[in-house]
Order: sequence, then C-alpha cells, then structure tokens
Amino acid sequence: MPEDELGDSRNMLEQGLASAKNAVYSLSLYVTGATPKSTRAIANVTAICNAHLKDRYELEIIDIYQQPERARAETIIATPTLVKHLPHPLRKLVGDMSDESRVLAGLGLS
Amino acid sequence: MTNERNQSPAFSPSAIAKSPTGIAGFDEITNGGLPQGRPSLVCGSAGAGKTLFGMEFLVRGATMYDEPGVFVAFEEKAEDLIANTASLGFDLADLIEKRKLMVDYIHLERSEIEVTGEYDLEGLFIRLGYAIDTIGAKRVVLDTLESLYGAFANAFILRAELRRLFLWLKDKGVTAVVTAERGDGTLTRHGMEEYVSDCVILLDHQVANQISTRRLRIIKYRGSEHGTNEYPFLIDRDGLSVLPITSLGLEHSVLNEHIPTGIEQLDAMLGGKGYFVGSTVLVSGTAGSGKTSVAAHLVDAACRRGERCLYIASEESMKQVIRNMRSIGLDLQQWVDSGHLKFYAARPTAYGLEMYLAVVHRIIRQDSPQVVVIDPITNLMVAGTSVEVKVMLMRLIDFLKVQHITAFMTSLTHAGPALEQTDAGISSLIDTWLLVRDTESNGERNRLITVLKSRGMAHSNQTREFLVTDQGIELLSPYVGSEGFVTGSARAVYEAQEQATALNEALELERLRLGLEDKRKMVEAEIAALRASFAADVEQVTRLLQQYQQRDQLRRDSQSMIERSRKAVNGDPPNETP
Repeated sequence: MPEDELGDSRNMLEQGLASAKNAVYSLSLYVTGATPKSTRAIANVTAICNAHLKDRYELEIIDIYQQPERARAETIIATPTLVKHLPHPLRKLVGDMSDESRVLAGLGLS
Repeated sequence: MTNERNQSPAFSPSAIAKSPTGIAGFDEITNGGLPQGRPSLVCGSAGAGKTLFGMEFLVRGATMYDEPGVFVAFEEKAEDLIANTASLGFDLADLIEKRKLMVDYIHLERSEIEVTGEYDLEGLFIRLGYAIDTIGAKRVVLDTLESLYGAFANAFILRAELRRLFLWLKDKGVTAVVTAERGDGTLTRHGMEEYVSDCVILLDHQVANQISTRRLRIIKYRGSEHGTNEYPFLIDRDGLSVLPITSLGLEHSVLNEHIPTGIEQLDAMLGGKGYFVGSTVLVSGTAGSGKTSVAAHLVDAACRRGERCLYIASEESMKQVIRNMRSIGLDLQQWVDSGHLKFYAARPTAYGLEMYLAVVHRIIRQDSPQVVVIDPITNLMVAGTSVEVKVMLMRLIDFLKVQHITAFMTSLTHAGPALEQTDAGISSLIDTWLLVRDTESNGERNRLITVLKSRGMAHSNQTREFLVTDQGIELLSPYVGSEGFVTGSARAVYEAQEQATALNEALELERLRLGLEDKRKMVEAEIAALRASFAADVEQVTRLLQQYQQRDQLRRDSQSMIERSRKAVNGDPPNETP
C-alpha cells in the first residue's frame, strides 16, 4: 500500500474516532417487499436510529425485489441487511434487528 | 449415446431424465450424467477437484449441449477462476462474452457481518434467479455453499434456508451442482447431504506408497443405477477424465487380420502371418534376453507400413531405446521424425498406477495408434500391489482390444524355476505369449525363443535359437542332432562332428567304389588272359590240323608215284613221265 494511501486511511480512522460521537451515519436497509421480517426490520432500525442517532443519520430503504442490481452491487445475500457505509468501517447487520444490543454493537454505538 | 441407453427398454420406464456432464467417463458410470433438474452434491476434501468438476460441468454444458450455466463462486474471484481454468483449455471469458456462462462471485466477509435477529437468504435467491434468467441458464453450480456457514452465525436459520434453496432450484428446473467440503468422519462438514438427496458424489485423493491417486465414487444416485466402484480420475490439460474401465464388458469384436511381427522367421512360427490384429502379445524373459528388440521389430515393421505406434517405455528414455535399437540395425528415429512413432516415457511411480493408466488412456485416445508397446509391464509392480497391477492391466488390455489396437507388452521375469510365469500374473489375459530366454551351457549364453501360446492359430512348437545381429534379429533354423537340441558353439561342434562323420562316409564309399573298379579291371584282365590262352589253343590245333593235312597229302603223292612207277614196269607208255 502506498505511503499516502496509508496516511489517508489513518487520517480517516482518526477522524472517524474523533467524530464518532457526532458523525453522520449513512445507512442502507435492504428488504424484500413487505414481508413480516422486512416490516419488523424497518420499524426496529427507525426506532434505534431515532433513539441513538437523532438528526445525524441518512437511511435509504431498498426493496431488492424492485432493484435486484443494487443487491448485486452490495453483495446482499441475506435479508434484511442493514449496511453501514459511514462512518467507517463498513458493516453489514443481518436480521430483523430485534437484538438491539447487537445492532448497537454493529453500529459502533454501544 | 448414453441418452439412448437411458431410453432403451432395458431401463425402467420411470428412469429419471439425465443431464450429460460431458466429463469423459463420468456419463458412462452414471448411465447418462447427473439427474436433470435436480441438485447434486459433490463433496471432497480441499484440492479434490470439486470446483473443477463443477466448472467442467458448465463448460461442457455450454459448448457441447447448448445449456448455459451460472457459476456462483463463494471462494474464488471470477478472474481467478478464469485464470485457473485456462490451463485446462477452458476459455471462460469467451463463454461469458457469448452469454453461455455467467460467473457470479459472492464475497462474504465474516468480520463485516453481524447477525441481529431473524433473517432469510432471499438476497441470494434473487441474485441467483436474476443470473439464471439473464442467460437462460439450465445449469447452476454453487461453489462452496458451505461458506455461508462461515459468514452467518445462526445455523438453525441457515439450514432451513438451504433446504428452501434446494427446493427453489428444483422449481427452477435447473440441474445444479453443489460442492461441499468434506467433514471429519462425515461426508460434508455441515451435513449438506441431508438436503441434497438425489445424487451424492465423493471426490478424494488417496496416497498409497507416497503416490497420490484421485478417485471418484457415486455414493448415492436415487432412481438410477450407477457404477458403485471407486473410479480413478485425472485432472490434466483437458479437464477431468474418469476411468470407467471396470464397466467394460467382454463384447469386443475380433478381427481375423494379421499383423506381421517384423521378423520373417517368427511370422513363420506363428502360422506364417504373425500376430492377430488387436490381440495382446506378451514377450517375457530374463534380463537381456532380447525382449525390447522383438518389440522394436514390430514397431519398425508397423511404421514401415505407415501405421502409427505408441511406445510406452517405463524403464528407458526414448533416446536410450532409439540408440539401443540402432545397434541392431533398426532406425526408430526416422519414424519418430515422420510422426508414425510416439514415445511416452515415464515411470509409473511418477503418477501412481491409476494415473498412469489414465495418462496412457488419454494418449491413446488422442493418437489412436494401431500398435501399442508397453516395455516393460513389470515396472508397474513398483507402483502397486500385484492385484492392482493385474486389474489395471486387464482394464488397459480391454480398452485396447475394444479399439482393435495390437498391444505388445514385455515382462521381465527373474531367472529361476518359474520362467513361464509373469510377475503380474496376467498370462491368462494374453493371446500370444512368446518366451525368450538365455540358456547357459559350455560357458556361454544363447538366446532361445518359444511360442508358449498363441490363441487361434497353429503355431510352431519348436524352440528356436535366435541371434541379435547388427541386421536385427535372426532366427536360426532349428538344429536337432542325434544328441537332441543344441545351441551356440555346442551347435557348431555338433555340426562339425556331423560334417566329419559325413566326410568319413563319403571317403569310405569312394574307397569301396575304387575297390570295385580294381576288381572289374582284374576280371577283365583274367578274361583277356583266358581269351589269349584260348586263342593259343586254337592256333595250336589249327597248326596240328594243317600239319596233318600236309602229311596226308604227301603220303597220297608218294603213293601215286609208286603206282605210276609200277605201271611202267608192266609195259605202259611212259607219256606221263616228265
């Protein structure tokens, strides 16, 4: 890995750590139509985000039945999957998000 | 071919439809291929050839049966797969371009994934469905599905989802191959065989005597008959090839044509025409008795007629054989140059017996030679037990017979009482068996050749002495003297003795003839002498007779003179008186 790239990722990491408290979260939730699991996942994610990330998150909900190519691009195998794009590192949370402590751990909020 | 067999009445009418894999030999042992429209499980340890099996299934499907396929790779990237299989002659990039193949690499990173509750694998289904529909795939390979177990924690959900996946694949009507890693004491690490119940294939490699052999076994195949043996298979630059040789029956046709041995006098010993085409010839003998030379004569003669030969040397290199045969006046190099003769020189220990057989098979398939020489088969013993060697040779011989290839094998036997026995114990498989040997007597070794057996022809029962000269092998006419069969210089001695005897007899006859001549001369001389004496007698008698006549005349003359004188006294005129 070239020197500057290494520097970049270190900076990114440091910035990420410094701004963890007030970083803006970029999230995508991949669901499959209106199945019970999907609706539960949407409700759970929204609730957790509102409780812990009020006003500093962007959540996009993608129905992979409608947009299969998006699922392909993000390597979505299991559903529902919540992808945390930002802050780094990238994480994928799989399931209906009913285990709140795991969701928080996965989002780096615990 | 295999499809026709499936539809033949010999099979039950409910026989399931099959998808030919195109993998050499595999369709033969499964009577047609994998169950069509159903998932099959291919399990095996790391490096057993699972990925390759799957890939070849798709590539052959796309190229030979016009069935596009989707390869879902959980372990290797598409580029890696393309590069790795290029060495097997698969042009994946081209097939992808033509929309005959789709490689979908799904990267799962354990550390990125956190399970937070109930989930399903709908994402995979959609993705797979999308890929299948895009190219109209009929075949799907999932390699290795068990990677999911590494990525997703909840095995309970996963199991239910996999079960659903297989049902879904069946609904889609695709013929699927699912690969799975072999577990400890179980077929697969995560019990995949529970879901895929139609066809389970096990690949492994066994190491015996430090030689590795790949093997394939069909553990189950629901609704179909299949070969149950372990079949050796080979991965080489043409992909996989399974050797279903034990499935061959004794149904090969035979030819009544002959192939000359390359040694005129040997042809004469074999009914005047040589070996049968497509027969198996074995020449056995001790070291240095001339086995390779007999083989080289056959090769040379066949090449001269424009036939193709394959020379499998398991002990000497090609150059060595060519050099050695040049010393007996056979130039094999010219046939190598002209492409009639191909050498394959490798020690069987380099591959293992099965692999060796597989390689030989491949070469024979490629070159389709008319004559195959294996020199010597004894060396195979190093690579396996005698039973294995016998089975292997039996399969090879069957394979050659079916194709009407004349097989010539040499076998090294060790000096001792059991000369008429092969180490490999294959004598019963042989059609024509020549025995060459050295006999030691009077401080020298001489070479003898005997036809031990030759099925289907009136062969000579004579043991013939032969010489390996710089003009090739020369069989001497049998010399059977008053003292029995003799060879070498003893033969020369006996010949000399016999010549001396003959000479003596000739001299004796001459002597008798001369004696008779003498006798004849003697008789003639005697006859001459007798004649002479007879002539003398005749002369004497004649002379006596003349003397008598002269005397008688004289007497008569004097008498008349007296009478005349008496008349004068009595007064008669003396007119008659001079």
